Amino acid sequence: MTIPLRQQVFEVLKDVPDPEIPAVSVVDLGIVRGVDEQAPAVRITPTYTGCPATLAIEAAIRVALDQAGLQGVGIETELTPPWTTDWISDEGREKLRAYGIAPPPKGEGRGSLKAEAAAECPRCGSTNTEELSRFGSTPCKALWRCKSCAEPFDRFKCH
Amino acid sequence: MSGDRARIDYALRLGDDALVLGQRLGEWCGHAPMLEVDLGLANIALDLIGQAQHFLAHAGALEGHGRDADKLAFRRDVLDFKNCLLVEQPNGDFAQTIARQALFSTWHELMLQRLQGSSDTAIAAVAQKAVKEVAYHASFAREWVVRLGDGTAESRQRMVDGLDWMWRFVDELFAMDLVDQAMAEAGVGVDKSTLRPEWDHLIDAMLAEATLERPAPRRGVMGGREGRHSEHLGHMLSEMQFLQRAYPDAVW
Repeated sequence: MTIPLRQQVFEVLKDVPDPEIPAVSVVDLGIVRGVDEQAPAVRITPTYTGCPATLAIEAAIRVALDQAGLQGVGIETELTPPWTTDWISDEGREKLRAYGIAPPPKGEGRGSLKAEAAAECPRCGSTNTEELSRFGSTPCKALWRCKSCAEPFDRFKCH
Repeated sequence: MSGDRARIDYALRLGDDALVLGQRLGEWCGHAPMLEVDLGLANIALDLIGQAQHFLAHAGALEGHGRDADKLAFRRDVLDFKNCLLVEQPNGDFAQTIARQALFSTWHELMLQRLQGSSDTAIAAVAQKAVKEVAYHASFAREWVVRLGDGTAESRQRMVDGLDWMWRFVDELFAMDLVDQAMAEAGVGVDKSTLRPEWDHLIDAMLAEATLERPAPRRGVMGGREGRHSEHLGHMLSEMQFLQRAYPDAVW
């Protein structure tokens, strides 16, 4: 019995880490959209327009596919529908939290930056937190601080 | 003017606005007044350069002469750049940079909101992604205008001076020429003149919160869209393009 190509590709890519946040895979983040069985090609989408990891991600996917014997599978980039943080899987959210990054709320906060609810501290769970800077160490993260345990933390920007 | 030429120019304008402002903001890297601001300006620059890459790649594909985004960015002369004059203005002090950013990003967000519905699917796709990023840029810049304007006597004076320097480049953002009209009619572009009331409203609200007066009206300076630039752009490009000029086709 042959395993469908889609399943083979996802099996390989679920172990390809994001270069900036190695705790999550490119599948967890929703960067891998699907597989075009005809082409054949895996369809991927960038998270942020200017994310410098985009090229590194594509290269890492290429290497992983090649090593799995899937040299014939190409990589296609698509922009629509645009990636949002809702594409991050529930498993991915948990991995982010365990890694110390507050995951984005699902389906909330978008459209109004000021209406964003307080982030939950990934260390102690307190919501007594404050934003220090809307721009953090990578395009996808903002810098926050917990007022309960006094630790700074990154928050994945709701996008 | 042929529709094809107009569409290429339109994509170049969108790309050049983002590229030139991204490069300008990159000049702050390592020099901003505090670490968080340094990261913020670099992040905004990164977003803009990413957007420029997409718009310029689209322009190059439409043109069909084999020029990719890098060729268009690094091998075009200053007279072929189609950005508005506002984005090429020098950084000055932090307040002058923030003035430029608040005026531009407020306009940019309104533009991209409309361009999400462009009949050109490539432009619409980039706009749909970029509009979310630019919302952050606009709110970041407007909050700093409020902080500086409603701050100390020193920060207030600098904010007033910064806005004063940039204000003459505002009218160009809303001016409609033949390219804009052709693209608006084709459903590709936006009738920019219709954005002005909303822009005025947002900027006036920002100024009120910052306890600042609107700068006195003055004659708008134009020409960037046709390649008539201020002296500053050439100097900026001489640095930005140096490597590809000195070592053509160099790659990492």
